[in-house]
Amino acid sequence: MAVVRIPPTLRAEVGGLRELEARGETVGDVLDDLVDRYPPLREQLLQDGGLASFVNVFLGGEDVRTLDGLETEVRDGATLILLPAMAGGS
Amino acid sequence: MEARARTHAPTLLDLIGSTPLVELTRLSPKPSVQIFAKLEAQNPTGSIKDRVAKAMLDAAEAAGELEPGRRLLEPTSGNTGISLALVARLRGYPLTVVLPESVTEERRRLLRLYGAEIVESPGEEGSNGAVRLALELAERDTSFFMPFQYANDANPLSHYEGTGAEIVAALEHVDALVAGLGTGGTLMGAGERLREAFPEVSVVAVEPLPGDAVLGLRSLADGYVPPILDVSKLDRKLLVSNAESVAALRLLLEQEGIFGGVSSGAVVHGARRIAEELDEGVVVCVLADGGWKYLSAGFWQGEEIDESKLWW
Repeated sequence: MAVVRIPPTLRAEVGGLRELEARGETVGDVLDDLVDRYPPLREQLLQDGGLASFVNVFLGGEDVRTLDGLETEVRDGATLILLPAMAGGS
Repeated sequence: MEARARTHAPTLLDLIGSTPLVELTRLSPKPSVQIFAKLEAQNPTGSIKDRVAKAMLDAAEAAGELEPGRRLLEPTSGNTGISLALVARLRGYPLTVVLPESVTEERRRLLRLYGAEIVESPGEEGSNGAVRLALELAERDTSFFMPFQYANDANPLSHYEGTGAEIVAALEHVDALVAGLGTGGTLMGAGERLREAFPEVSVVAVEPLPGDAVLGLRSLADGYVPPILDVSKLDRKLLVSNAESVAALRLLLEQEGIFGGVSSGAVVHGARRIAEELDEGVVVCVLADGGWKYLSAGFWQGEEIDESKLWW
């Protein structure tokens, strides 16, 4: 079981929760479990079989895009943080 | 006594770049790993954005896009605006910056002193809001020229030819480059230059947790990925919390005497994490600006950040 932290932008889709638990051995499995239970999340998180371009998923503080993407292994008890892509810079 | 060479720069803009690289001997977690910091606060207006501003206007002038007196427009939360204001003033272009209303007063004052006009975007939308509003204004009024740091190739190029080339010239080997992820310009440009010289180098982006601006996003579709950023060219991308950034920022000042800007804390935290993972080697981190523009922020006075009160 992994803990998934939900940004304010997506909390309405999960009944206002800040975090919830989801099951899966990879990031893709965990997100699938999440969107199966909260279908409105699907189009926000996934796109063409991959991660939607405006969402960043961090596992252990690292962006899964620079790990193995949706194939990245998720250990039991790990925390995934979902964040919207924002303009940085100054 | 050795005779000192008499040198001078023809203009202030000739002093952009060639910033010093200093070893952070006390912040390295192990003696076999050296951490070096590139001090971008030593640029004329105090930030790395001087490189980008000059490069973008040089490129636009070379392409014939800037007739004398053309009005410039740019979305920025501060540093790029201040840098553009300096270059624009010296070259005779009036500048309007679109700035989130939430930025610190120091930055607003500096921009006005340099002669920039300020248009405010909603604070709760952060940089995304400034980008959105600037794009709207530029579309409505075509007399503006918008350099647009988020999509201008001169931005990463200035780091390829400047920041990155300077690091390559200064060090025999680099194992990791650590820089903050904003527009992506530093990581893309300097990262490419370092990869050419040291093919095994790891290019590491450090991303601070987004501030309260995240509350202004109605859906993820309101998000923004800068067109110049290609995440596939990053080897690592680390998320750093506010508390971690502030702790590293204080350590940087207390242990090394370097008064860094807010993003420097996140970058130093990331550099130390990478250094921990290496048995031996060289880590270079890019400190984008100094602490002067953030003096009014509470964390210098020891105010603790209560993470439980933040949005996340």
